[in-house]
Amino acid sequence: MNLAVSLTVVLTLTLLALGIAFSPLLFLLTAILPYAVFAVFVGGFVYRIVKWARAPAPFRITTTCGQQASLPWMKSAPLESPSTLWGVIGRMASEVFLFRSLFRNTGLAMVGQRPVYGSAKWLWFFGLLFHWSLLIIVLRHLRFFVEPIAPWISALSAIDGFFEIGVPTLYLTDAAVLAGLMFLFFRRVAVPQLRYISLVTDYFAPLLLMGIATTGLLMRHFFPADLLQVKNLALGWVTFHPAVPQGAGPVFYIHVLYVFTLMAWFPFSKLMHMGGVFLSPTRNLANDNRMKRHLNPWNAPVKVHTYEEYEDEFREKMKLAGLPVEKE
Amino acid sequence: MTAAKTPKPEELLALRYAPPATPWMGTPTVFRPGTWSYSGTPKSLTALGLPNPRAWQPSDADWKLPENWKEIILGGLAERLQRYRSLRLFMDICVRCGACADKCHFFIGSGDPKNMPVLRAELLRSVYRRYFTESGKRFGMLAGARDLTVDVLKEWFYYFYQCTECRRCSVFCPYGIDQAEITMMGRELLTLVGCNINWVTEPMANCFRTGNHLGIQPGGVKDMLEFLADDVADRTGVKVEVPLNRKGAEILFVTPSGDYFADPGTYTCMGYMMLFHEIGLDYTFSTYASEGGNFGLFTSHEMIKRLNAKIYAEAKRLGVKWILGGECGHMWRVVHQYMDTMNGPADFLAEPVSPITGTRFENARSTKMVHIAEFTADLIRSGRLKLDPSRNDAYRVTFHDSCNPARSMGLFEEPRYIINHVCNHFHEMAEDTIREKTLCCGSGAGLGNDENEEMRMRGGMPRAMAVREVKERHGVNRLACMCAIDRAALTALMDYWVPGVGVMGVHELLANALVMTGEKERTTDLRGEPLEACG
Repeated sequence: MNLAVSLTVVLTLTLLALGIAFSPLLFLLTAILPYAVFAVFVGGFVYRIVKWARAPAPFRITTTCGQQASLPWMKSAPLESPSTLWGVIGRMASEVFLFRSLFRNTGLAMVGQRPVYGSAKWLWFFGLLFHWSLLIIVLRHLRFFVEPIAPWISALSAIDGFFEIGVPTLYLTDAAVLAGLMFLFFRRVAVPQLRYISLVTDYFAPLLLMGIATTGLLMRHFFPADLLQVKNLALGWVTFHPAVPQGAGPVFYIHVLYVFTLMAWFPFSKLMHMGGVFLSPTRNLANDNRMKRHLNPWNAPVKVHTYEEYEDEFREKMKLAGLPVEKE
Repeated sequence: MTAAKTPKPEELLALRYAPPATPWMGTPTVFRPGTWSYSGTPKSLTALGLPNPRAWQPSDADWKLPENWKEIILGGLAERLQRYRSLRLFMDICVRCGACADKCHFFIGSGDPKNMPVLRAELLRSVYRRYFTESGKRFGMLAGARDLTVDVLKEWFYYFYQCTECRRCSVFCPYGIDQAEITMMGRELLTLVGCNINWVTEPMANCFRTGNHLGIQPGGVKDMLEFLADDVADRTGVKVEVPLNRKGAEILFVTPSGDYFADPGTYTCMGYMMLFHEIGLDYTFSTYASEGGNFGLFTSHEMIKRLNAKIYAEAKRLGVKWILGGECGHMWRVVHQYMDTMNGPADFLAEPVSPITGTRFENARSTKMVHIAEFTADLIRSGRLKLDPSRNDAYRVTFHDSCNPARSMGLFEEPRYIINHVCNHFHEMAEDTIREKTLCCGSGAGLGNDENEEMRMRGGMPRAMAVREVKERHGVNRLACMCAIDRAALTALMDYWVPGVGVMGVHELLANALVMTGEKERTTDLRGEPLEACG
């Protein structure tokens, strides 16, 4: 059901893009929407981050995944249980760039009625493959937005197309991003527990991204878009002189509408884990709890049971037991 | 009410992991006997001033909620979203990748999909979306949102009291989403409308008034400790002192009341007393702060603070220099991650220094409370203890990392260092079941009651099976641990799943091996078992 809804939405978007491509509304897609979408993306992203950041982290609730720093001769785990700022930076870097925690993943199997935890790195591998590929693809696309093309962008593209398979060269990340997405998508469909918990958004995200990658590949290898037109359009956006391109092709418009949808939806979706991961208090706080006091901005007095109240109730019994008391 | 009969191990192992045919929002919660805990009594709620005290049970159709319960819950949620970045973030960023799903011991042991941490969190998230996000307000079910109803509240109660806040899922989550945090918030919300369990509220009420969970009054604490001192004299010929409420002592010692109240914790407590006597430690127990554990952690942040306040207050009154803490799990989560923030600064105490070795415990310089494993490891390292590990030769030991010291503190090496110096046969369990990946006893967070036994045995199954493996492979007959709840819970768990494996504290092992000045020839261990009869 949730899968069907997601598919329907993506198909609707496709038809919408085709409709726009052959209508006077093209102007809307190429000259108005880019700015609206960009504003929503940036504004929404900032809004979400600010909203999270404004809620305090009242307690230092680090999840420790390694030995604490305690006695000087006891070897501690500076990344898994960091007690210094550098340790925290290292830990966060390993999470963000290498998906450290996901790398720990194990798969449960019952062997002779005993749970056994096998290595399960596929989710980590394809997750990492997808995310890194997407990042490189996004960076490669900068070549449409700058003139002259910065050398590092060309270099990145050259490395990405290093194996020179086909003409024009197949970018490895294009293949990798699709492989990653397909794994994530089919895993969700195939594993009963995952299907059970999946919401519309969980299918929609990979479907939309697959749509973007596929239309991109189609334009590069099967229905070549007029790159000059595309570049002029992109440069037009950046220089605030957007022009309706002539004959960029329907696939291009589908691609663009998908991307715009992604960008506009991004800040309001689970994709915000991109920003949220940096704020996660179980990961970005040092395990220096007993070394440095952590302050809670809303720490307020609570009703406690004082020693005086305690002794008042038990004084006679305490004296009988020979325990010292404050008041005789 | 009588507790349901717990099914046999073979019956519990007939597990089905396939989710039901109905979607989870449409699958009703069934309060099956043996899988939930009795409600908090009006007496204990009243004693603590907690809302809506009344007689009721989770199996009743009418939970006697206040008229405006929905308003209270949503108001409470709004307030917590403002106060805790953790909650707001964890409500928003989950991508439902499912990496946490098979990491939960309750899921492994029950197969119930709502015990997958991701889905347990969705129970709350779905309500959050409905009332606090635009998409949830607009698109409802399509956005994964649902109305807050009495049935939803009941579902929360059932599943938030089927989570032991062990944090294993948070180790595996790529964003560090911590189900313990979500369970804690869920339980706080349930507390606002008076939906608690008695195994948590009664110990809290006791602790508030008498200083310990078990409600032991000052004379009782003294009697029990003196009884243990007599046992020590009987086994070793050495008379150890029982310092209580003594002003001017250098160190205040705080340990869970389970350590001096019931076997096998008592042997660990004897171990502390023997160690302190042998090194001539200037210390005192307290009857007012006679509880290291803190069931507030299983109720609300406010209750944590209310119960924890005693430790610093008593340290101040007695004029000690610093505080030493015994073997306990959740106590150490509170001490390590909450105490200083909530009830500090402890500026009336001194930076902890071992009076025996002169070692400065730099890692505790602000909170001023040292874990006994840190303290003892330092003693062993500096050669101040005379140890005869062969006295533990009867034991083939494995070690269970308790959830909280493992994942909320990082205390892994200290206990292992001690164990390796006090016994000759130590065998680790499988790598994926120890240290930060340790599996819960299944009875933490207030769930260790009799009426919940089936769920406890299910939740403890993964831990028990890992023990069974080292039992079969290495002949392990002792499960060492550093937690009072473990000592009680694992004993029952072993009897059920792995008969023949006893449970003991690390300081019991240490005390067996500890050669004391002026001791008689030891013929038995602390339990009175003959030393040579083993093997």
